[in-house]
Order: sequence, then C-alpha cells, then structure tokens
Amino acid sequence: MRLAWWKILCILQLLIISVAGFLGDVPAKPILNETIRNYYFHVPMWFGMMIFFIVSVVNSVKYLRSGNLKHDSLAVEYANVGLLYCILGLSTGMIWANYTWGKAWSNDPKQIGAAIAFLIYFAYLVLRNSMIDPDKRAKIGAVYNIFAFAMLFPTIWIIPRLLESLHPGGMGNPALNPGDVDSRMRYLFYLVAFPGWTLMGVWIASLSIRLKNLEEKKLQHA
Amino acid sequence: MKAVIALFKKDLLLEFRQQYTFYGILLYVASTIFVLYLAMGQPEDQVWNGLFWMIQLFVCVNAVAKSFLQESRGRLLYFYSIAGPRDFILSKLLFNVLLMALLSLVSWILFGLLLGNPVQNGLRFMGLAVFGGLGLSLVFTFLSAIAARAQQNAALMAILGFPLIIPQILLMMKLANTAFSQVIQDSLGMIVLLLAGLDLLVVALAVILFPFLWKD
Repeated sequence: MRLAWWKILCILQLLIISVAGFLGDVPAKPILNETIRNYYFHVPMWFGMMIFFIVSVVNSVKYLRSGNLKHDSLAVEYANVGLLYCILGLSTGMIWANYTWGKAWSNDPKQIGAAIAFLIYFAYLVLRNSMIDPDKRAKIGAVYNIFAFAMLFPTIWIIPRLLESLHPGGMGNPALNPGDVDSRMRYLFYLVAFPGWTLMGVWIASLSIRLKNLEEKKLQHA
Repeated sequence: MKAVIALFKKDLLLEFRQQYTFYGILLYVASTIFVLYLAMGQPEDQVWNGLFWMIQLFVCVNAVAKSFLQESRGRLLYFYSIAGPRDFILSKLLFNVLLMALLSLVSWILFGLLLGNPVQNGLRFMGLAVFGGLGLSLVFTFLSAIAARAQQNAALMAILGFPLIIPQILLMMKLANTAFSQVIQDSLGMIVLLLAGLDLLVVALAVILFPFLWKD
C-alpha cells in the first residue's frame, strides 16, 4: 500500500491526538475541567468546516468563470465534507453541552449559527438534485453556493459577537477563550489536531471525487 | 438606468391592469390573519411579534414568487434582446421592494385590527416592518430567479430561502421587540446597520450573479 506523504502525516497526527487528547495533561479550569479535551476534537471540526466551505465556494467561482465541470465536482464534494464536519461539530458540541450546560440544546447563538449552516448546505444539495442536466445543475448550484456563502458567513461571524452566549469565549471570540488553554494545548491543536482533521476531510473529498469519476466512466462505457 | 425604469414601469403597469398580485396577496394576508385570530384571539407581545414575522415571511414568498415564475420563456427571450441582465434584475428588485413595503403596512394594519395592538412605539414598529419587508423581498427575488431557472415551483424557493433568511428574521424580531416597550437598547443602531449592510450585499450579489442565470 503506497500512500502520499500527507496521508501518512494525517494518520500519524490523528493517532497522536487520539492518545495525547485523552491521556495528556490539561489545565484544570472551573466548569470546563476535563471536558476541555473536546478542544482537540470539537474545535477542529469548525475550522475544517469553514475551510471546506471556502474551498467549495472558490471552486464554484472558478466553475462560473471557466465552465469546467471538474471545478463543479470539487465544489460539491467539499460542500459534502463540510456538511459532514458540521454534523460532527454539532454532535461533539451537543455531547459536551449535555454535561457542561445541563442539556444538549439551549438555543445558544453558536448552536443556532451551526444549525443554520447545516440547513443552508442541505438546501444546496436539494437544489442540485432537483435538476438532471449536469451543466445547468452545475451553473445554478454554483450561483446558489456563492449567494448562500456570502449570506451565511457574515452572519455566523458577526451575530455571535452581538449576542450573549454560554459558549467558552463568551461574548468575544466565537471559538475558545485563548486564556483557557495553556501553550502545550495550543501547540498540540495547531500542529497536530487541526491539520490532522483537515487532512482527513481532504482525503475523504478526494476519495469521493475518484469514486464519482469512476462511476461516470462506467456509465460512458456501458 | 433608463432601461431599469422602463422595465419597472412595465411591471407596475401590468400590476395596475391585472390587479392580480396585490389583491391576491391581500386576500392571503387577510385570511391568514383571520384564521390566526380565530385560533388564538389576542396573543401576548412575544407571540404577536413572532407571528407577525412568520406571516411576513410567507407573504413575501407568495408575493415575490410571481416575479420570475410568471415570465414565459418566450418573453424572457424578448427581454434578453432589448435589455441587459443587470437592468432586468434591478427592476425586479425595485418592484418587489415596493410591493413588499406596501404589503408590510397592510399586514401591520390587519394585525392591529384583529390580533390587537400591543406595540407601544408605533412609528418605530412601522419603520421596522417596512425595513424587514425590504430585506425579505430582496433575498426572495433573487431566489425566485434561481427557482425559475431550475424550472421548479415556489416550493423550492421556500426550501432555499428559509435557512438563508433565519439570521435576518431573528435580528428583525430582536429589533421589533424593542418597539413593545419604551426601553431604549444601545445595540439597536448596530443591528440596523448590519441589516442594511446585508441588504446592500444581496443587491450586489444579485447584480453580479444574475447574468449567469440569465444565459443558457
């Protein structure tokens, strides 16, 4: 089995974070306590989701400029992976919230933002499936993708800063309060957890694109 | 600019001659609010506000859906030969903004008549209703163009639009809640600016993206 260097890196990073995330030392903070370990699993999901949605929208723009269907399949597969990460981020967050806030869902602005992102990208997939002609599907899908992205991101970046929230980081930063983690955690996060999970998403996307290409080839030769 | 005005006039004239959308939607608003009145009488402030914005949302979907879905393929081809895509979308946006502003006022009056009027600061609420209607109509006009190109009905428009509009509706409800008491909130101006910025963004996106929907 031959793997590209980044796939090997991804496996190593995920192995390290699975071990260090559960066994490593973490600072004892009030309320958070040991649940701060979710930092290695929950936060990278949102970082990954944003990256994948940005890659998806960039490919949609490229498709509208070039008309090359390759960009369209990149856009849809990255949107799919982004959606997967959104679901994973929501569920890791809800498990965490169940123990720290007392219930899984409490209408926190950050939970609402995540749910909106989930619904919007689901609508994108529904819109695509409503059309059969591949060129038309790609074009209208790209237009909606760009429109939705431009509507969604200002709101999930700005609104959580306007409303009060229970989420770590409180009013300011939508993610984690930088004061809550020590340098060791930060080091593990930026060098291991975040790149590792993101690479896994890229891996998933590249596999599903290859699968789709194979299916298309099979159809052409049938 | 002249083409925008001409296309806008055409929509307006068509509306005056047929008087279909306005009265149709008027009846829609009136019967929905009447049913609400029968179902819950005169609700509390919070419920009143929530119902008002939900009704606004449905009114907007129904009022705006017509704008692109009504144009036949042949007529679109004709417009294509006499005007640019930007003029076309701008005229549609302008017309729908006007229509929705009018309908917002109508539904506010009907709400006040049937469900009672808990609003303390009437002028502010009226302004917010029109402002909110404007934002809704801009987003749904563009989505109706997408739905029309996908050869789908208004249902697809609702599916595409509801998730997109949630943040805006939430902010509008938050804003409108301040009109129920005389309390002044300091974050009010910020939210208004944010919503106005979003409206501008929608117009800009519509102008940039519509040419791609226009051509086959």
